[in-house]
Amino acid sequence: MSDQTEILYPPLPPLSKWLPVLLLAWIIPGGGHFYLKRTYRGLILAGCVVISFALGLMMRGYIFQPAGGDLLTTVIYYGGFLADLSTGVLFLMTKWFGYESADVAGHVVDYGTKFLVAAGLFNILAMVDAWEIAVGRKD
Amino acid sequence: MKMALSHFETTILLALFISAVLGVVTKKTDKERLRYGLTSFGYFLLTIFGLSWLMFLGHR
Repeated sequence: MSDQTEILYPPLPPLSKWLPVLLLAWIIPGGGHFYLKRTYRGLILAGCVVISFALGLMMRGYIFQPAGGDLLTTVIYYGGFLADLSTGVLFLMTKWFGYESADVAGHVVDYGTKFLVAAGLFNILAMVDAWEIAVGRKD
Repeated sequence: MKMALSHFETTILLALFISAVLGVVTKKTDKERLRYGLTSFGYFLLTIFGLSWLMFLGHR
């Protein structure tokens, strides 16, 4: 049997090395990549998140609030809230500037809501990517 | 400022963003990212047009 064992992932570096990157990536879309000097990738990711979020706001999309009820309602409202929250400063700005939109029926508003959620999901992917770079699992 | 996009415009924009983000985060080199992004966007377009025609013909 060979002595050499294949190491799929290097050991996790200390928290102080990757936590600031993860927080920065959450607060500022693309921020983790900028911090890690992956400027072009950061710009593409930030652009997708910000433009998607801006389109969602311009279509008067609904910002989810955590709400319980039956299982489907809970999953949609908590999931939507987490996705909205993932946009970091963009979500916080909607709160600071008092953005409000009613959860009403209508295809434009509905598209807006989806764009807001999609922006959050894009930023989660960007956060994971930045974390992987910070811990050395990706270049 | 308010905006009202059509089904088609919304779908195309969402496809563009998804392709770009997935290309950036899933691939290792710039060449692979560009190729993945373009391929993914192409498949999105094919699906959009395919389903649109299917719905149009299904409602005739």
